[in-house]
Amino acid sequence: MKDRIKILRENSLNTKPMISHQRAILLTEFYKSKDISDYSIPVQRALSFKYILENKDICILDNELIVGERGQFPKSTPTYPEICLHSLEDLDILDSRKKISFGVTDETKNIYQEQITPFWKGKSIREKIFEEMSLEWKNAYYAGIFTEFQEQRAPGHTVLGGDTFKKGFNDIKNEINKEIKNLDFSNYSEAANKREELKAMKIVTDSLITFASRHAERIEEIIQTETIPERLRELESMKAICQKVPAIAPQTFWESLQYYWFIHLGVITELNPWDSFNPGRLDQHLLPFYQNDIKKGILTKEKAKELLQAFWIKFNNHPSPPKMGVTAKESNTYTDFSLINLGGVKEDGSDAVNELTYLILDVIEEMRLLQPGSMIQVSKKNPDNFIKRALKIIKTGFGQPSIFNTEEIILELLRQGKSIEDARNGGASGCVETGAFGKESYILTGYFNLPKILEITLNNGIDLQNGKMIGIKTGNPENFSSFDELMIAYEKQLNYFANIKINGNKIIEQIYSNFLPVPFLSILIDDCIKNGKDYNSGGARYNTSYVQGVGLGSITDELTSIKYNVFDKKNFTLGYLLNAMKTNFQGHETLRLKLTYNTPKYGNDDDYADDITRKVFEIFYNAIDGRPNTKGGYFRINFLPTTSHMYFGSVTGAMPDGRKAGEPLSEGISPVQGADTNGPTSVLKSAAKIDHVRTGGTLLNQKFTPQILSSEAGINGLMYLIRTYFKMDGHHIQFNVVTAKTLKKAKKEPEKYRDLIVRVAGYSDYFVDLTNELQDEIIRRTEHENM
Amino acid sequence: MQARISNIQRFCIHDGPGIRTTVFFQGCLMNCWWCHNPESIFYNDVNAEKFSTKYTPEELLDEIKKDLIFFDESGGGVTFSGGEPLLQPEFLKAILKLCKSNGIHNTIDTTGFCNKNVIEEISELSDLFLYDLKIINNEFHEKFTGVSNKLPLQNLKYLSKNDKIINIRIPLIPNITDTKENILEIIKFLSSLNRKHKINLLAYHRTSAGKYEKYNIENKMKDTKPTSEMKIETIKNEFFSEGFDVKIGG
Ligand code: SF4
Repeated sequence: MKDRIKILRENSLNTKPMISHQRAILLTEFYKSKDISDYSIPVQRALSFKYILENKDICILDNELIVGERGQFPKSTPTYPEICLHSLEDLDILDSRKKISFGVTDETKNIYQEQITPFWKGKSIREKIFEEMSLEWKNAYYAGIFTEFQEQRAPGHTVLGGDTFKKGFNDIKNEINKEIKNLDFSNYSEAANKREELKAMKIVTDSLITFASRHAERIEEIIQTETIPERLRELESMKAICQKVPAIAPQTFWESLQYYWFIHLGVITELNPWDSFNPGRLDQHLLPFYQNDIKKGILTKEKAKELLQAFWIKFNNHPSPPKMGVTAKESNTYTDFSLINLGGVKEDGSDAVNELTYLILDVIEEMRLLQPGSMIQVSKKNPDNFIKRALKIIKTGFGQPSIFNTEEIILELLRQGKSIEDARNGGASGCVETGAFGKESYILTGYFNLPKILEITLNNGIDLQNGKMIGIKTGNPENFSSFDELMIAYEKQLNYFANIKINGNKIIEQIYSNFLPVPFLSILIDDCIKNGKDYNSGGARYNTSYVQGVGLGSITDELTSIKYNVFDKKNFTLGYLLNAMKTNFQGHETLRLKLTYNTPKYGNDDDYADDITRKVFEIFYNAIDGRPNTKGGYFRINFLPTTSHMYFGSVTGAMPDGRKAGEPLSEGISPVQGADTNGPTSVLKSAAKIDHVRTGGTLLNQKFTPQILSSEAGINGLMYLIRTYFKMDGHHIQFNVVTAKTLKKAKKEPEKYRDLIVRVAGYSDYFVDLTNELQDEIIRRTEHENM
Repeated sequence: MQARISNIQRFCIHDGPGIRTTVFFQGCLMNCWWCHNPESIFYNDVNAEKFSTKYTPEELLDEIKKDLIFFDESGGGVTFSGGEPLLQPEFLKAILKLCKSNGIHNTIDTTGFCNKNVIEEISELSDLFLYDLKIINNEFHEKFTGVSNKLPLQNLKYLSKNDKIINIRIPLIPNITDTKENILEIIKFLSSLNRKHKINLLAYHRTSAGKYEKYNIENKMKDTKPTSEMKIETIKNEFFSEGFDVKIGG
């Protein structure tokens, strides 16, 4: 690693995230200016975007090769009061909380008190959402049955496609102009709406060009005082690049990186989408630029690597916008979920691994940064060498890259009705979410607590945590004469809550569509321009809304325990078990051990348990999949938890699998922590028993100690493990390679382990930044040492 | 027909090619001082019952078949180990036949302590032998393993003569098997065989000390330090210079 990269990297690692009030002030100034009410909402949004980009500070650091910051400096993180207005208490909490904190200066607090809060109070999306939600929704939300992604973050979860790299913003403007010209005013109100949206799109296109040229101007100022000839030459190049992109299509490797970076900043300045944004299939998009530059002799492999490293640091400079309350609990991390995709197949279905794939893997290994996240797409057509190279990085123990199944991703997308080309150009983003890159709006709407619904069912609709009736009456389970009756009751409760969730999200979709269009994101995703429709209003070619199931392993073990102990073996009655659960197993330790150790569990390739996994899967699938959303698309399911399995565990009482009240649930489709005792092949067999193809992604976490990866036989073994899981249509697997001993030490002496990155649940995080409970959970997860 | 199986371990990557499932048979007639699975030595007594589960060949096949898809993908299969799998030959024959008819590659991890007719019959059905070679000097062999090495050596010769695929596994036990004399004698013996078989040198670990304690079995190796890495290298080189394909580890 070159010195300049080292300096930038250290700077990025050591800078403390701060709240920046600049965006909030500019936004407020803009909305306070009297004459905006003459404009339509999309145009207002576009003009506010313009105002921010024309007036925000420009930050260019020494040594930088790729420029542009969302805030005033690295890790200075803006707020988005139009969505979520932070109160002074919120700011204090952000400032003082131990984990995932953001420094807040007194100046910021004053400005909030005097300008931001008075103006935005009552106007934020968050307030609108809570006003509109029904009592049933609120009951379920506060009980921890589900979460809501859009209450503090805008709909995002999208990824740039390859086509954008082939055009400049002037070209995009031409497309917009063409659509404006072609508007058919025979249907006046529709055409008028489209005209406003297209006008807004044109404004934001120009705004980003202006933003780039402001960087060119700033670089020119720096040039005036720079004395080192080498840096001067560099600055001249950088200035030329910022004068050119994004207006004109990038032609060189360097230009293409800077081009993407401006786009990225545009998306995350317009709003705070969750996930942020993502260049997607980077090794595919950049390859033509790379090859062309090398052929022309204007780029070396070394220089390309340095540029990529500079690009990597940019992502790490941008923590996810501050989250509060439930949202902070469900996703307790600075990671903003950009997930670089490598490998897979090309549009024509052929092997996509190339020289740049390996170069980017080198960059990932050297940079060891939290952001961006990275993954490899493994197709049966990709060489073994590609997987082995990735495993050698995984071996170093920072949780990247994660591993995905290309063929299965394509099947998922085809099942959802995408064309074969769009499917092959797709991939996974965020943690594990499948999408048609550049063409789809696929929104995660919130986590869904599968075990909690069983708790409600076992109490005939009542939430034991507060004694409130929040579900429906499905009968006193002690009177059930068969296990099937319990399953029917569970299904009814689940359907009830799924309806509440879906109805809520339809309203939330409308709120965003009406009040917060995103013209900038819209110009990037096909076919928003062609449709003259916003990303948030169904303008994209495909529109999917996901509900993420959480605790599949836990719910399986809980139901299995009842079937096995109560109905099949008749070890005790359900009443007896429920009573023990009510006391949190106090005085029932023998029973609890029996439930824990002598009852079949998911993750051991035991059909007794795994058949129940399948049943729960079908119930959840039938409740959600195929229901229309308001954007012309459908609701779908996937299985990932981020950190919500901790939060959901904290609101769920003692359960029939021996889990005590408040303890975490299982995460993703992984077995309950420590329940898998037959080794990894059995875990994979169990996990493959659900039909991954009918999901939009599943998450499987396996923890290995470093020894397994220290021999060639170990690397081969893991490679075959991956290949076999994928042959069974598994979607994703990730490996955490650390020793429990190391983790325990890190927990005790956090300062010595600042750099320890572990795989949490679909993303990597600094171990020392995790909550105590999450740290304990990771320590507990099964270690497959015996190899 | 049933056999006593002490353990079934999946995702084994050091006992033969690919991803394998290793089936540990209960019972062994040897009693090596360094045994890694001391609880699996018991044969035909209450302890044997305590440490094992009975399986019919069909039941065992079902367990093995669970990971068939991993075997197919990786070129793996099943490894029969122990204890001593050849101690229950009728059962072993039956399960080997079932594996054959299901296309599952098999490996037999053995000390070769059995009658000639057993090794002859089993060798017809087996794909690969992992063959333990401990001590050539019979007096020492008897002292440290409890039995004579006459049968193991004879049987090894038989397998080699019949062109069986054999990996020789030599446990390096400090001052017992890793002595200069023993290594030279092993080289001499192996050089006299039909061809130069692959060799794995398995270093002694103290990982099983816990088992001795837990099951209250006398541990004669209690304070033994493992062979030094340098010494292992030297031994490896001795084999190498005699033209053997030799590897440290499984
Ligand atoms: S031959 Fe193997 S199983 Fe038998 S006692 Fe010796 S080391 Fe143990």
